[in-house]
Amino acid sequence: MKRKIPLLITFTVGIILIISEFIPHKPFGQLSGELEIWFLIISGFAILLGQLSLFKVNIIKIRYKQHDWQFYIVTLASFVVMVALGFLWGTGRSAGLLGHGEVITNTLGYKPFDYLFNNIYQHLQATMFSLLAFFIASAAYRAFIGRTVESNLLLASAVLVMLGNTTFGSLLTGWLPESLNFLHLPKVSEFIMTFPTTAGQRAIMIGAGLGIIGSSLRIILGIERSYLGGE
Amino acid sequence: MKKTLIFLSIFFSYLLFSQEILFDIKDKPNDDGSALILSWDTSQVKSFKILIERKEPNGNFVVVTNSRETIGTFEDGTDVNPGIIYNYRLSTLDDNGKVLYIVRDTGESSAQWFNKNKISLLIIALLISLSIIYYIFSAKSGKDIYIRKIGGLESMDESVGRATEMGRPILFIPGTLDLDDMQTIAGLTLLRRLAQKAAEYDAKLIVPVCRSMVLSTAKEIVKEAFMKAGRPDAYDPDSVFYLTDDQFGYVAGVDGIIVREKPAANFFLGAFYAESLILAETGFSSGAIQTAGTAMPSQLPFFVVACDYTLIGEELFAASAYLSKDPHQLGSLKGQDFGKALFIIVLTVGIILEISGVHFLKDFLALH
Amino acid sequence: MGKTKQLDRRWLFLLIFLGVALPLIFSIGLPLETTKNVQMVYDLVDSMPKGSKALISFDYDPASMPELHPMAKAVVKHCFDKEIDLIFTAMWPMGVKMADDIIDQLIEDYPDLEYGENYVNLGFKAGGMITIQSMGKNFREVFPKDMNGNSIDELPIMDGINNFSNIGFIFSLSAGAPGIKEWVQIAHDAYNRPTSGGCTGVSAPAMLPYINEQHQLTGLLAGLKAAAEYEVLIQTPGTATSGMDAQSIAHLIIIIFIAVGNINYWRNKRKEKKGGK
Repeated sequence: MKRKIPLLITFTVGIILIISEFIPHKPFGQLSGELEIWFLIISGFAILLGQLSLFKVNIIKIRYKQHDWQFYIVTLASFVVMVALGFLWGTGRSAGLLGHGEVITNTLGYKPFDYLFNNIYQHLQATMFSLLAFFIASAAYRAFIGRTVESNLLLASAVLVMLGNTTFGSLLTGWLPESLNFLHLPKVSEFIMTFPTTAGQRAIMIGAGLGIIGSSLRIILGIERSYLGGE
Repeated sequence: MKKTLIFLSIFFSYLLFSQEILFDIKDKPNDDGSALILSWDTSQVKSFKILIERKEPNGNFVVVTNSRETIGTFEDGTDVNPGIIYNYRLSTLDDNGKVLYIVRDTGESSAQWFNKNKISLLIIALLISLSIIYYIFSAKSGKDIYIRKIGGLESMDESVGRATEMGRPILFIPGTLDLDDMQTIAGLTLLRRLAQKAAEYDAKLIVPVCRSMVLSTAKEIVKEAFMKAGRPDAYDPDSVFYLTDDQFGYVAGVDGIIVREKPAANFFLGAFYAESLILAETGFSSGAIQTAGTAMPSQLPFFVVACDYTLIGEELFAASAYLSKDPHQLGSLKGQDFGKALFIIVLTVGIILEISGVHFLKDFLALH
Repeated sequence: MGKTKQLDRRWLFLLIFLGVALPLIFSIGLPLETTKNVQMVYDLVDSMPKGSKALISFDYDPASMPELHPMAKAVVKHCFDKEIDLIFTAMWPMGVKMADDIIDQLIEDYPDLEYGENYVNLGFKAGGMITIQSMGKNFREVFPKDMNGNSIDELPIMDGINNFSNIGFIFSLSAGAPGIKEWVQIAHDAYNRPTSGGCTGVSAPAMLPYINEQHQLTGLLAGLKAAAEYEVLIQTPGTATSGMDAQSIAHLIIIIFIAVGNINYWRNKRKEKKGGK
């Protein structure tokens, strides 16, 4: 019974939603949107669970003074400070418990939450994103070795696309006559991106789409039950 | 006589000019009856702007739209309910806002029970779904179903064994999207098997998650897996924990875990965006054996380059069937292959027809 | 992989750092050529008559700012120059801040522009595709007020905007979903409005197929290079143009290292063969 009820709910809701995709008449046409809203509401409450987990894990590490425990204090302090500032003075045009905090806003130029968001959080996010530049370089250096036919093709297309996306591409082949314009590096790069790359990505998307249909049907029919935990 | 002549001239003028103004109201097809399509053509008369109003129950006319286009359509979806007749009034105005002509019409919306624009989608969905269901149930006959080797899945045991030998933990990342994404569910399916193996081998498992709903599900899955392996004592509830919803905050947290804990085996199975390469490269630098799987085409190249094994697209969704060797689940994979064959045939036929200038297949398959 | 002696990757990181930082500090000014897709976007904006309206949707967050912010600024500037009235909105929560930032950066150069008359920021609305569909049915129901709380009935720019009919074109700056795809599927496919967009370089292959005979997408600004090309077209070099120098040098460094890696590999392979003999 403990497992049968969730399976029955999954089956019923799954079938109804599939059917409602084709039926515009009320209430079927609105079901999908309504359930999405339900999901948003539930996940809103579930956020509390996440925050409790974050607190618990970090407090245990601080309490038992595990290795590098000081850094976990930074995590918790950052969390508490941002939440407190948001609650007290609000963010953007929304007021907090203590109003808009005109004095502190005039001093900082922003509300405290926005000040920290603009001057710390945004830059941290951009920093993490910019790690990609370094990691792409090291990954490319390691991976683009022409060992086999396939890796040679990969190497050649990577170099052509990279050159085509820079000003050097235009400089290297800008002198080509009109009749050989198709060999102009930016055009070659655009061709590679528009045709073979897109074709490959679409093939993967079709395969993935079929995989999603198969997985979803297995779940709806109750054949796949791993998501419930256990067999 | 004089009055009759005046009346007739006004009446015929009205008829003449109203015929020159086309104003039509139709029910919007394939909807739930909450919209009407208003179309007009005032190109035959002098008009700077048109104004369309609708009569409210209190008798007042309320503006629905205005436009400077002489020919146009407008979808009125405000408070339109099926089965009610709505009165509309189209006025043409000059540049001073003076009303030149007025035309009236009525319309009634209705809800449809079937969206005819989606016939092609229904046919294809039925074909694929029925084939999958057919092969699932025909697998009951006990017929051996062939499935090719998937390196990433074969190596899972090896990875767990390696982690146990080295005394280092296993890191599992179920993607960065929520539980409503199939890739996350596919990842969690693999987490169950991995957790069971880790329990059997007595290896430490670390599962940092990005979403609270995934946290609850993952905790439950890992706990059940440890119980099934007969090792409930070895289950650590803090092995599955939440970091943050923020994409790069999560990546920073996971990178920190990789650098500090130095896991021997990393599993990145789920939906990823730009963080995929950051995770994979950091994992590579720590010397871990890495298995990744995602259906995000833009992230697959990064995983292929930086990881030892990659599950590409549908291989991630096939993992559960592959590892369980359950005939029912393997049967569904065969049904998916039927779907692929169908797509290849439709694509080939479609290309030939398009080149020949025959567009009916494209028009039939297009969703409107 | 791995038997050849690999250069410590920190040398590569150092060179990449220098290759990116130095051109940003000492601008080189490498020439740029306009590609077809960027030209299509430019032509779309340029063809709009004075006083027409456009909807610009900021569907990205600070992480994608380096690529999308410069193109946002270039496109908005072009629209302001052409006296196109702009309706800003966002399908991502942080997109609102992105829009605000662009307006703050540009508004000083256009003192005659009035909020509510020439441009308006409607703010963020959750829901993605469903929100866009609802906008197509009844714009005013989705956005009864702008982000400052003003009723849109009081804003002259919103006069006559009840759906997408009176909007000249839609432009989505997109870092993922919801984004360009959703706008194309609704605004163009369902309501036949010209739709264009800008995206990060890595998402470009997924968007390029929409540039087709049906004109589902009228051009595409893909990545920093496209943003730089657009700045050249509007004759206003900005962060994208200076960023292109850095991108070009960085790409060149990567290509050189790939060549070095391949040379090392083949040299070692030859040594092993000779050693085997």
